[in-house]
Amino acid sequence: MDFSVLRNLISRYCAGEEYWVDSRTVYIGHKEPPPAAEAYIPQRYPDNRIVSSKYTLWNFIPKNLFEQFRRIANFYFLLIFLVQLIIDTPTSPVTSGLPLFFVITVTAIKQGYEDWLRHKADCSINECPVDMVQQGTVVRTQSSKLRVGDVVMVREDETFPCDLILLSSSRGDGTCYVTTTSLDGESSHKTYYAVPDTMAFKTEQELDSLHATIECEQPQPDLYKFVGRINIYKEREDPIARPLGAENLLLRGATLKNTGHIYAVAIYTGMDTKMALNYQSKSQKRSAVEKSMNAFLIVYLCILISKAVINTVLKYAWQWSADHDEPWYNHRTEIDRERHVVIRAFTDFLAFMVLFNYIIPVSMYVTVEMQKFLGSYFIVWDKDMYDEELGVGAQVNTSDLNEELGQVEYVFTDKTGTLTENNMEFIECCVDGHVYIPHAICNGQILSAASSIDMIDSSPGGYRREHEDLFFRALCLCHTVQVKEEETVDSIKRGIHLGKPTSFYISSSPDEVALVEGMKRLGYTYLRLKDSHMEILNKDDEIERFELLHVLNFDSVRRRMSVIVKSSSGEYLLFCKGADTSIFPRVVSGKVEQVRARVEQNAVEGLRTLCVAYRSLSPAEYEEACHQLSDAKLALKDREQWLAQAYDLIERDFTLLGATAVEDRLQEKAADTIESLQKAGMKVWVLTGDKMETAAATCYASKLFRRSTQILELTKKRTEEQSLHDVLFDLSRTVLRQRSLSGLSVECQDYGLIIDGATLSAVLKPSPESSGSGNYREIFLEISRNCSAVLCCRMAPLQKAQIVKLIKASKEHPITLAIGDGANDVSMILEAHVGIGIMGKEGRQAARNSDYAIPKFKHLKKMLLVHGHFYYIRIAELVQYFFYKNVCFIFPQFLYQFFCGFSQQPLYDTAYLTLYNISFTSLPILLYSLIEKHISIEMLKRDPTLYRDVAKNALLRWPVFLYWTCLGLFNACIFFFGAYFLFDNTTFTSNGQLMTTNTQMMFGNWTFGTLVFTVLVFTVTLKLALDTHHWTWINHFVIWGSLLFYVIFSLLWGGIIWPFLNYQRMYYVFMQMLSSGPAWLGIILLITISLLPDVVKKVLCRTLWPTATERAQDIDKLLQSSVAELTPVSSRPSGPSSKRKSTSHLHLGVPGP
Amino acid sequence: MMASNYNAKEEDGHQPAAIGHGGAGTVKNKKPDNTAFKQQRLPAWQPILTAGTVLPAFFVIGLIFIPIGIGLFVTSNNIKELEIDYTGGDMSSPCYNCSQSYSWNSTKPCTCSVPFSLDQPFESNVFMYYGLSNFYQNHRRYVKSRDDSQLNGDKASLKSPSKECEPYRTSDEKPIAPCGAIANSLFNDTLELYYIDPNGSRTAIPLVKKGIAWWTDKHVKFRNPGGNDNLTVVFQGTSKPVNWRKSVYELDPSDPDNNGFINEDFIVWMRTAALPTFRKLYRIIHKKPNMTPTLPLGQYILEVTYNYPVRSFEGRKRMILSTISWMGGKNPFLGIAYITVGSVCFFLGIVLLIIHHKYGNRNHSADIPS
Repeated sequence: MDFSVLRNLISRYCAGEEYWVDSRTVYIGHKEPPPAAEAYIPQRYPDNRIVSSKYTLWNFIPKNLFEQFRRIANFYFLLIFLVQLIIDTPTSPVTSGLPLFFVITVTAIKQGYEDWLRHKADCSINECPVDMVQQGTVVRTQSSKLRVGDVVMVREDETFPCDLILLSSSRGDGTCYVTTTSLDGESSHKTYYAVPDTMAFKTEQELDSLHATIECEQPQPDLYKFVGRINIYKEREDPIARPLGAENLLLRGATLKNTGHIYAVAIYTGMDTKMALNYQSKSQKRSAVEKSMNAFLIVYLCILISKAVINTVLKYAWQWSADHDEPWYNHRTEIDRERHVVIRAFTDFLAFMVLFNYIIPVSMYVTVEMQKFLGSYFIVWDKDMYDEELGVGAQVNTSDLNEELGQVEYVFTDKTGTLTENNMEFIECCVDGHVYIPHAICNGQILSAASSIDMIDSSPGGYRREHEDLFFRALCLCHTVQVKEEETVDSIKRGIHLGKPTSFYISSSPDEVALVEGMKRLGYTYLRLKDSHMEILNKDDEIERFELLHVLNFDSVRRRMSVIVKSSSGEYLLFCKGADTSIFPRVVSGKVEQVRARVEQNAVEGLRTLCVAYRSLSPAEYEEACHQLSDAKLALKDREQWLAQAYDLIERDFTLLGATAVEDRLQEKAADTIESLQKAGMKVWVLTGDKMETAAATCYASKLFRRSTQILELTKKRTEEQSLHDVLFDLSRTVLRQRSLSGLSVECQDYGLIIDGATLSAVLKPSPESSGSGNYREIFLEISRNCSAVLCCRMAPLQKAQIVKLIKASKEHPITLAIGDGANDVSMILEAHVGIGIMGKEGRQAARNSDYAIPKFKHLKKMLLVHGHFYYIRIAELVQYFFYKNVCFIFPQFLYQFFCGFSQQPLYDTAYLTLYNISFTSLPILLYSLIEKHISIEMLKRDPTLYRDVAKNALLRWPVFLYWTCLGLFNACIFFFGAYFLFDNTTFTSNGQLMTTNTQMMFGNWTFGTLVFTVLVFTVTLKLALDTHHWTWINHFVIWGSLLFYVIFSLLWGGIIWPFLNYQRMYYVFMQMLSSGPAWLGIILLITISLLPDVVKKVLCRTLWPTATERAQDIDKLLQSSVAELTPVSSRPSGPSSKRKSTSHLHLGVPGP
Repeated sequence: MMASNYNAKEEDGHQPAAIGHGGAGTVKNKKPDNTAFKQQRLPAWQPILTAGTVLPAFFVIGLIFIPIGIGLFVTSNNIKELEIDYTGGDMSSPCYNCSQSYSWNSTKPCTCSVPFSLDQPFESNVFMYYGLSNFYQNHRRYVKSRDDSQLNGDKASLKSPSKECEPYRTSDEKPIAPCGAIANSLFNDTLELYYIDPNGSRTAIPLVKKGIAWWTDKHVKFRNPGGNDNLTVVFQGTSKPVNWRKSVYELDPSDPDNNGFINEDFIVWMRTAALPTFRKLYRIIHKKPNMTPTLPLGQYILEVTYNYPVRSFEGRKRMILSTISWMGGKNPFLGIAYITVGSVCFFLGIVLLIIHHKYGNRNHSADIPS
């Protein structure tokens, strides 16, 4: 303690001028410390105003615009717009300004609205009333006016206004109960403690006399960590220093429960609170589709630039002769003529860029974003993913990754709570090799406690009553379970009858609840914790009391927890329970072998085992332990490390008592889900902190491993026998030999790999010889790539993330998905391409940090196989179609340059240029990308292999992209040259006749453009119609509606002399065109030619090389027609069942992968 | 479909009570609606493009397109057309002198006469065009060089034309009417046709110069400022386009309905052509009331008042005579294209039929048996 104070002092004085110090000193009630205390260094703290809003009224427009134009796409369009404003370009600035303005405005309105909501929320939080204690009276004030050091009174069911240190509570023992639902989703009540020295200050007046300071660390976002110290000054006495930990800190956002009122002092306010610090958003994940979209964009940007360059060069080559440059009928203006040729060429280049810029449309970004945002609602709306029990459905935290769900290649799943229910049931315990099994609960009735000890393996004579008693007491005492005596509690509920009132055991760990309950069934009932005494009702209905001295909390590194208690006889006892690996090395006596055998046997059966040990402490030893602990607890810095050291010293020399076994049932349909995922071509890896045997048993139960699976082990046990090097090479040889064999034989042996944490870190650890490390890693990847399933056990949370990272970085760059439910899965969820959280029992931390949250593991199947598949094909079509339709749109304009002297004359009218992407062709593709279903949901669920059809970004690979682009180019050529020959068929010599109407009126360049444009709009829309497999009324409405809209718009646009326009070039052009017969014939002809190759390609591919999806479509179709035949109209309600029958019948015929 | 929806809805009805008891009140307790849209189960028509479904469509397209194509082709072939190039590029050409001795400000018009003969008589109405080659009417600088509001009779624009008209906006500090490059380069050759009787006498063929422009252009888009009378007064204070020989109000002094901005030759010229080689309607020769052909076969003379210079940009000038049909002018392209596409569809139909029989059945038999 002294050391840390000294260090603190030194750091303070050394820091000198430095404003920032690594701890803050808070004067409770703003009272100056006695002069003897340390120098007062005033620090400025923020007030308690929470500002989650981004903008204010004043900075909204500039800041929002800045934010928006930081996006590269918006910036590009802004540049185009500016170029149009500055130089003389073929199209008016309106054509790009209007869409940009639209996009920017809509985004700004949306963001503004969201910010307004945040402002409102902030306001209501900041203005909510708070009771503050000032000069011994309670004053009501606004939350935002709180300062660090203020003493606050909070009543039951009120939310804490800032981060507070509990001083005293209305409960006698200085505790209070709190739920942190809004922070981490855990709805269980947590107990917080007041420092014993301040517990007595129970009224405002008394508090006013409290003279104390709190030293604590500067705010940090970790919700579960806090280190501080309170110094209490009393008259003419040395200040008393007490440690403060997370158990003393009440977090903003949490709610006070079951406690009348508390007094507490504010230490972190406003933006310093842990809740505010946790607002920081996660890093953005980008989907594979987005990446390929960006790649395509770059290609198109190159096309755009090369088009502009080609045209500029050709223009100047063509203009070499003055006749072409400036014929007598078409002179330049003086200003233009005086310009330097380089400047002119550059302006021309920019003008061409502007002319062709539509090839990269603004609207694609908008459409993609809208598609993702709106599309994600289908996940939220899905009633199949709604869980009745929890009352929640699936949740979408980010819609950016929808399509990534259809691309998953590796699934990393947690075991406990994800594959299994995390619903623990006590199965048995074993004391020194004797097994005790409580009677099973029959129909919910618990058999009487007295008869429930079953001796299975009673060895004569050697029965030691003493150990048995200690074992049961150990389990009754060594835990952090609370007893709740209310009617209902919103958390893990176990109804047990404890005297008259119904009581529940509550704990953050379901294992503990199961154990304590198991003990109850074996006759030892934990009653309550009262005045630091734990009360137990033993088998003989006597109440035993143990004084609880210290709790050495569980953590995932130590993997054990201990309590130090003082029995009524004055004995000091340390009970410890923990994982076998962390207990056995510390055991000095006891029947280790028998217990170990039993533990291993249980683990093989898939049970979760814990070992229990104890140590009897002499008073001297206890004193020493006590000293170590309080020293460590008082440390301000590195307290964790100090504590770990202290624990390590105390938890040793154990006597082994026995072991427990708890069952964790598989989640419903877990096996089915895993099987489907594997069939869909995904590799499923189970990452767990559990023991190998337990985990392997779960894997067998969930069909991850089959009987036929050959298990490869890469565990510590094996590496102890052989060197890691040999083992790795051995395994890779096995796998590779298999692969070379499988080339000959069709039968494919599948492998399962088991690796444990220790070996994994050895594999990943960079070895001294630099070449070796990369090697191991590669070999490991090679082995795992050839295994259908991998089980990683004994993983630390960070190792889970490491594995995900390793696979992500391997040379195929596969798409990974991590699914988990607990805080220990968060790192892996954040690391994987797609993180899925399960809204399970271990709180909502995983769900909060995930991209998608689902109630149960089984929902993953529909999420990936159905939603993921749909999203992927939808967005793939959306992206490809967008590029296609813009090639069709812009390429004729490029071709036209060759016929207009490279003068940047646009082919289409301004209105058409502007509205093409905004309204003529936008809605059909948006709606397609929202509701297209190329195959029925049932089919996708039934046949997971269909997922392989879209794997590896199948629809956005370069050949597909090339096909679409070529189709676009072909169509563009058809449009342009079709119209060209209709207008002037120079190939038919001397017969060159303009297309004319019956009245022989002549058509000009705008008619030419309009003809091309009409063919274009119809072709592009009909192409989408050809791709649509699922025609709902919405599709009909949108597709035919937008064609109709185009016609009506054109009639209107050309039907009036628009007074606000300075040109009337479109006047009656569309109508004149439609009044000519050949125009109609030409339009029909060109549309037919344009669509013909795509139709032929589709039909041929379908007949000759059908994909699994296409086969499934055929079957689907067949089924539907057979259903219609089989079921007469009158017996419609029985339709589904007969359908199912026939599907299962036909399903047999679907060829496998 | 309907049935399953109905059942599901019934279930839905039972749910709320159950959830209410579950009472995890803190989290969103919203069960998704079981509507067809939200569950992505909207009733839908699900067409699949298979050989079987596409086949008939191909045959039908073939069967429709081929007759249309033949019809178009025949019609187009029946149209009679005659084209005469009178540019005068080579020495032998009658207009050689005119084309060589060209200057903008010569007051004496140069005329030349081009003899030609018709092998067949032209029936019905005959349309007379002039054609220009290598003339970039679709050049951007050219296309935008006009002021539509001036042409629409706006008096303000008459006095101060749009900036787009530069450098043909003002001359001698007076606004040009009509301004711009298009108007400035108005085609000003005069073409006249004479029939040479076998006895040697020339009869002028009546050429109608009205009805050659779009009705809407003539009556709505183009208007003289302040009505069609007193054009001289209205256009006072404006200057004629630099390359014109006469003012806009002298285009057709004989007919006030065809003078000024609403002169049909002018309107036709103002509709910029799509391609550098183009033709524009010049005159109409109406059919005669009696049964005699409009243009009987025999010798003709085309009298050209050669004003329009094309030699500088290597252009060509042509005069075209053509009859029309129900589908417009002569255009074999459309007919040929229709026949080709129709045949291709028919051929593809046959190919698909073979493939369908050979492979389609195989697929189905592979899928369905068991």
